[in-house]
Amino acid sequence: MDGNLNLVGYGLSAIGGGIGVGLVFAAYINGVARQPEAQRVLQPIAFLGLALTEALAILGLVFAFVL
Amino acid sequence: MIALALPATTTDEGFVPPTISDTHYPNILPWGGEYGIWFEAGFGKQMLMIILSVVLISTFFLIASRKGKMVPGKMQFLGEMSYGFVRNSVGKDIIGGKDFMKYVPWLFTAFFFIIVNNLFGAIPGLQLPSFSHPGSAYAIAAIFYILWVGIGIQKHGLRYFKLAVVPSGVPWYILPIVVPIEIISNFLVRPVTHSLRLFATMLAGHLIVMLAGSAIEFMATSGSILLAGTSVLVLGGALAMYMLEILIMVLQAYVFTLLAAIYIEGALNADAH
Repeated sequence: MDGNLNLVGYGLSAIGGGIGVGLVFAAYINGVARQPEAQRVLQPIAFLGLALTEALAILGLVFAFVL
Repeated sequence: MIALALPATTTDEGFVPPTISDTHYPNILPWGGEYGIWFEAGFGKQMLMIILSVVLISTFFLIASRKGKMVPGKMQFLGEMSYGFVRNSVGKDIIGGKDFMKYVPWLFTAFFFIIVNNLFGAIPGLQLPSFSHPGSAYAIAAIFYILWVGIGIQKHGLRYFKLAVVPSGVPWYILPIVVPIEIISNFLVRPVTHSLRLFATMLAGHLIVMLAGSAIEFMATSGSILLAGTSVLVLGGALAMYMLEILIMVLQAYVFTLLAAIYIEGALNADAH
């Protein structure tokens, strides 16, 4: 069996991004459930948070292939 | 959808999973020859699909906006609704102000270009998102990088670079730490993640579908009745991932446009934050 240990490392580091995205959307769903009319305001903020959190996982993917 | 145009990945030694190099099809029309080892010019499948997407989008919107009726028909309604979505929920809500209409054509073009090119990955026969090649993702992010840096310079002059990297209200002794971080995050990491987000999600989704397809092919043709029966389960799982991929394709087009709008807004109002 062969393979690259980088990808195992990337899998471990993706846990962080996964937890982060989960927290962002948990807060978004909480906010919308408490105040449904705030959805229009919260939606771009939630997706911005998603994008910023996801950037870490993306950098990890790139480094997994580059290093 | 599955096992279409898949390279032969099964050999006698067992299951060989597809790799990234399998997503790069050979060129249809080679031209220019090779420029060293890193860059080989040619006309590949992705380029053909990008041209196809331009034709499709322009045809659709030309037909949809040909007769501007007071009571819109089906096509005109669809065109107006999709235009209104980008203008209101991305342009007006994010950029806002008086002159957000100047930047709506950019966002509108990017949104539909990306969404059509991503959805090519879900169409059997085409089955390859154009942005699963990093080159196309770098190009579209570079266009927006030049755009928002240009907007900042146009609006604030060369002071824009100072406004963008020196946050207001920070004590002077922290500035040596903060300024390099801001330079790296605003001008180096930002365009890279902007493009790689699109590329990585498209490539990952494409790889999952490709892996499932070749696994099904391997299991169904392995000769063992149990393995062939199990391949039905893989097919079910692959279908679920395929549906998730369609969702992600639409979402990534939205996220790309949203981020482009946020960067443009940041360049326009660099003196406010």
